[in-house]
Amino acid sequence: MRLHESITRKLEAGLALEHLEVLNESHGHNVPAGSETHFRVIAVSPEFEGMTRVARHRRINALLAEELAGGVHALAIEAVTPAQWAESGGPQLDAPPCRGGMKNDPRG
Amino acid sequence: MSGKIQLPIVNPNYEDGAPGAGQSGDAPKAAGKPRAEGGDVMSEIEWETKNHPVFLYMKGSPVMPQCGFSARVAQILQHLGVQFASCNVLEDMEKREAIKVHAQWPTIPQLYVNGEFVGGCDIITEMFQTGELQELLGVEG
Repeated sequence: MRLHESITRKLEAGLALEHLEVLNESHGHNVPAGSETHFRVIAVSPEFEGMTRVARHRRINALLAEELAGGVHALAIEAVTPAQWAESGGPQLDAPPCRGGMKNDPRG
Repeated sequence: MSGKIQLPIVNPNYEDGAPGAGQSGDAPKAAGKPRAEGGDVMSEIEWETKNHPVFLYMKGSPVMPQCGFSARVAQILQHLGVQFASCNVLEDMEKREAIKVHAQWPTIPQLYVNGEFVGGCDIITEMFQTGELQELLGVEG
């Protein structure tokens, strides 16, 4: 739970959030049980108003630079404004089926 | 919105992501110009993203993707009938790290259209769902 906690803490500290979900999706991938490699972040923040999708993701990636450099292999992001969140009624994306790449990844 | 792109322009040295178009499936190909000894990986990234209207950095190939996120972006482009060139970064560790610096983006896949970084799997999926991707690529669907 170490990375899950630090992701949550850093996003809460770095962004004005109306809603946050940090999901460990590692179990769906080619990694040992209990791994913290694949995460999904759903962040709802008024700070995203007027920002492009790329800028929103970069903001989150920057807050989580340490985690991305140190163990987080995949980070799926849904970054929306409160208005978008209200309109959509919840998360819009789902995880694609794993293709087993970590097994063949020369860097692991 | 940036202008619509002209399709297709395919460099024969690159894998073509269109279904059935010249995929070998195996025989790892170094996508792009081979780096000359001492060659500059950043210049190569600049070259390949600027010289292909649609360029995808991914894990694996469009036919044999090695990662679900890469697979999804390749599938979306194939679904839209868009011709694209791709590079399997698992075959080039130096480039795998360099593309993260180039796009200021820490994860793979990365899609470039007209030399501009557009996004990774989540953004491409969202843009496909809203129709923005089709508009950017100048295709129906």
